[in-house]
Amino acid sequence: MDAQSWSRFQFGFTATYHYLFPQLTMGLALILVVFKVLAIRRGDECYNVAARFWAKIFGLNFVVGVVTGIPLEFQFGTNWARFSDYSGGVIGLTLALEGLFAFFAESAFLGMFLFGEKRLGPKWHLVSAIMVFLGSWLSGYFIIATNAFMQHPVGYEIGPRGTLQLADMWAYLLNPWAFWQYLHNMSASVVTSGFVVCAVGAYYLLSRRSVEQAKVFLQVGVVTALVGSIIVLFPTGDQHGKMLARHQPAALAAMEGKFETSDRAELAIIGQPDVENRRLDNPIVVPSVLSYLAYGSFGAEVKGLNDIPQDQHPDNIELLYFAYHIMAGLGTLFIALALVSAWMLWRGKLFESRPLLWILMLAFPFPYIATSMGWLTAELGRQPWLIYGLFRTGAGSSPQVAGGSVVFSALGFMGLYLVMGVLFLYLVVRQIAAGPDGEAKA
Amino acid sequence: METVWFAIIAVMLAVYVVLDGFDLGVGVLHLFVAKNDAERRTVLASIGPIWDGNEVWLLASGGVLFFAFPRVYAAGFSGFYLPLMMSLWLLVLRGIAIEFRSMVVADLWRSFWDGVFFLSSLLMAVVLGAALGNVIRGVPLGPDGYFSGPLFTNFMPWPDQGVLDWYTVLVGVFALAALTLHGALFLVYKTEGELNARARGAARVLWWVVVLVGVLATIATHSIRPELYEQLIGRPWTWILALGVVAGAVLMRVFLTKGLELKAFLGSVLFLASMLAATAAGVFPILLRSTVDAANNLTTENAAAGALSLRVGLIWWLLAIVLAIGYFSYLFHSFRGKVQSGAEGYGH
Repeated sequence: MDAQSWSRFQFGFTATYHYLFPQLTMGLALILVVFKVLAIRRGDECYNVAARFWAKIFGLNFVVGVVTGIPLEFQFGTNWARFSDYSGGVIGLTLALEGLFAFFAESAFLGMFLFGEKRLGPKWHLVSAIMVFLGSWLSGYFIIATNAFMQHPVGYEIGPRGTLQLADMWAYLLNPWAFWQYLHNMSASVVTSGFVVCAVGAYYLLSRRSVEQAKVFLQVGVVTALVGSIIVLFPTGDQHGKMLARHQPAALAAMEGKFETSDRAELAIIGQPDVENRRLDNPIVVPSVLSYLAYGSFGAEVKGLNDIPQDQHPDNIELLYFAYHIMAGLGTLFIALALVSAWMLWRGKLFESRPLLWILMLAFPFPYIATSMGWLTAELGRQPWLIYGLFRTGAGSSPQVAGGSVVFSALGFMGLYLVMGVLFLYLVVRQIAAGPDGEAKA
Repeated sequence: METVWFAIIAVMLAVYVVLDGFDLGVGVLHLFVAKNDAERRTVLASIGPIWDGNEVWLLASGGVLFFAFPRVYAAGFSGFYLPLMMSLWLLVLRGIAIEFRSMVVADLWRSFWDGVFFLSSLLMAVVLGAALGNVIRGVPLGPDGYFSGPLFTNFMPWPDQGVLDWYTVLVGVFALAALTLHGALFLVYKTEGELNARARGAARVLWWVVVLVGVLATIATHSIRPELYEQLIGRPWTWILALGVVAGAVLMRVFLTKGLELKAFLGSVLFLASMLAATAAGVFPILLRSTVDAANNLTTENAAAGALSLRVGLIWWLLAIVLAIGYFSYLFHSFRGKVQSGAEGYGH
């Protein structure tokens, strides 16, 4: 691999690893607000105990999220200097706004939320939880808006040095691509936190401890997972797909492993794309559905890769195809699981049905897989562009950074993140083992 | 407008140094002033709710630099590739050390993280100083606007300088001393009893170190980049900044001796802020100086983003900074006064 491939690998690795943490904290921030509101409205201390327990898990995740997020901002400059110079006058705005509006609010109020329950009193403690929630969701928006510009550039003009500059701030900040991608992404993070909360609740019920807390976890977790997983599919996933069909036809074709252009285009459920021979091997497809999903009509024509110039094709079609299919497949399963659980909860039978509790306990890693695959789909689909249609990936890396330096730093990150991951898991497992009532006075 | 953004970035970086400076200093000192686990926990509780917010000022400054001067961001960050990567690892280690330490009650576990916290804080303080040294000294910027800085060469600032040479290391040591003193004064303000007495003793010794290394660094800077002082002398309004440096140094000593703890800490704030402001005024309008050819300098004029970006950015910035001042005042107000031992709420 050359320096640029290592830079791509390093960014991909650090970004994917980073996103394991904020996807939980963004959703969990919402759930913490729910716990605090329920605690005040129902005057029931068990919701405060729940909030305190999840605040600890939140704190751990938040710190790892922060420290793994810093390298991402730095890598724009260190590894992608030409891209930074070219686009900094535009995307710098959202990155700066994220720091100025979201990070300040989040970090200040998180300090109060984690350390100040006694000093602040219940009302201000709820306010600090709400501010942490707003800060983290705002932070998500600024990042998605930055990514949306790379997917679908708007609001810019070419400046005197041939670099980009801002021409219309509101067009840039309110990029229609950002709107659906943001809601899709945030509802997915709600799904992750919902299933994680369910998993811990299911674990306590199955091991017959902290039963009252476990029931609270499951009630709140199942409802959030259900609402989140439905919104992930409709309207957000659906609208995002339509946007993709209009603006990135090559990405859509690669995601579906579609080589021939056709009307009444089929949706591939199973199959392996054979790029060399330009076909989908052993396919199981549903006719016409892709046309409908992409353009709202069963007869609409969907372009295949054969009719798109080779230099516009994503460079890893197989990976893109599977990333997308794993994401979509898991998303469907989440809706089914959440529906069944909610039905059982409503009938009052969830807490006794051990097989379902087992499934809920073991299901929590899958939302993480689905969101990682979702980001992989978005980012691989954008290739070979760094900014779609404007700036090629090959032109973006730093001119004077030696390959050896990038290999060294990539290995450094892998080693450090591996150690950190092991320690993190150890601490979370300890926290869960100590339980919400044990109050593990560490 | 470009000048305004230069000032904004200088101010934000100064705020970062003043705020994160004391928790870095606390990290360096805690092994020496806190002798047992209870004392260490008190020390950590003094920065627990705020260190993360302090560090955010660095991130926000980076974001603002990216946005206002993308060329400087691109050239500087890619040029300092390896040192920046290593600083990132330090920041990662430092963050998890503070957080992970409290999670397990076991001597070995805690000693390990105390060591990590100490080392990463110490190296970060040196790195910040060395970075400032590089900005003052200049880097081998080529005509294409890029450079590549090896970590070190033969430790001489010329002709093929690395990131570390005797001058930048000297500035790094100065930063370490100044921030450790800053941290010591913060601990004096936040603690009681023996901890307070030890922090006070450390501050007294460190004060002399800061003055001594500070004088050396000032002389060295004169030989490395004389026009910095010429510029300061040529602009009389900047003399007040030099006065601030001296006043800060004197005041922290006087207040420390008189036992006015908060005022002594504020003296250190004045000292650090005036020092950084004076440096910024001395290098303005050059953001990144080329040691190859002055024509390659990246200045506020040739490195700034487009006019609309800078204009709308200013409105957002003002709004954000008013809000941020609000949050941080409320945060510091909520946790004002001495740390209560047997800390509250979460962790520790």
